[in-house]
Amino acid sequence: MEQKKLAIIATKGSLDWAYPPFILASTAAALGYEVQIFFTFYGLQLLKKDLSLEVTPLGNPGMPMPMGMDKWFPILGMTLPGMQGMMTAMMKQKMKKKGVASIDELRELCIEAEVKMVACQMTVDLFDMEQSQFIDGIEYAGAAAFFEFAGESDICLYI
Amino acid sequence: MADFDQELDASGLNCPLPILRAKKTLNSMSSGQVLHIIATDPGSVKDFDSFAKQTGNELMESKEEGGKFHFLIKKS
Repeated sequence: MEQKKLAIIATKGSLDWAYPPFILASTAAALGYEVQIFFTFYGLQLLKKDLSLEVTPLGNPGMPMPMGMDKWFPILGMTLPGMQGMMTAMMKQKMKKKGVASIDELRELCIEAEVKMVACQMTVDLFDMEQSQFIDGIEYAGAAAFFEFAGESDICLYI
Repeated sequence: MADFDQELDASGLNCPLPILRAKKTLNSMSSGQVLHIIATDPGSVKDFDSFAKQTGNELMESKEEGGKFHFLIKKS
């Protein structure tokens, strides 16, 4: 049986949205897939050596809030300084308690499983980012390079 | 429960860690050897079934005992 291929485009750079690409990539690799993730725009944050990903309830009415916080702090309260940091800390604490892996850990598992990670060169330049900010072992390429792999893939996801 | 060659305690770990740890452990085992996995994630019941089907490793046993899930996987 020929090896299946999974292609993912990761476009989001918040803590919650960092999970789907890394969970799916690492699991697919464990199932025998060849996996490639193309990181573009805010998804580039997921390739930084120092991950400082945060989560925000702003613009996300679906996010469950701990301790009825949505009643005490309606939307405007969420814009207060320090609120995003607090929400992020609470979310990380909850994840740890529930045995959910950290993004660092999942990314490391992806690297171990030889998931190929490609940073979008155009957006790296657009945001004035330096290659030294990113983890080692990644490639830098453009849309055409993505299609070379995605065109042959069995599953292609835009996240 | 039948005999096994290695044991992996994935208690307290959540998706997808039990699968990833199991895969890693299986990599270090030889063909025909049996891995016993213990997990507490209820999602792992369906996941190990799917894992076995897709990787060709045989899921010999899957059961719940004492609030934990036990799986026996034979490496293909």
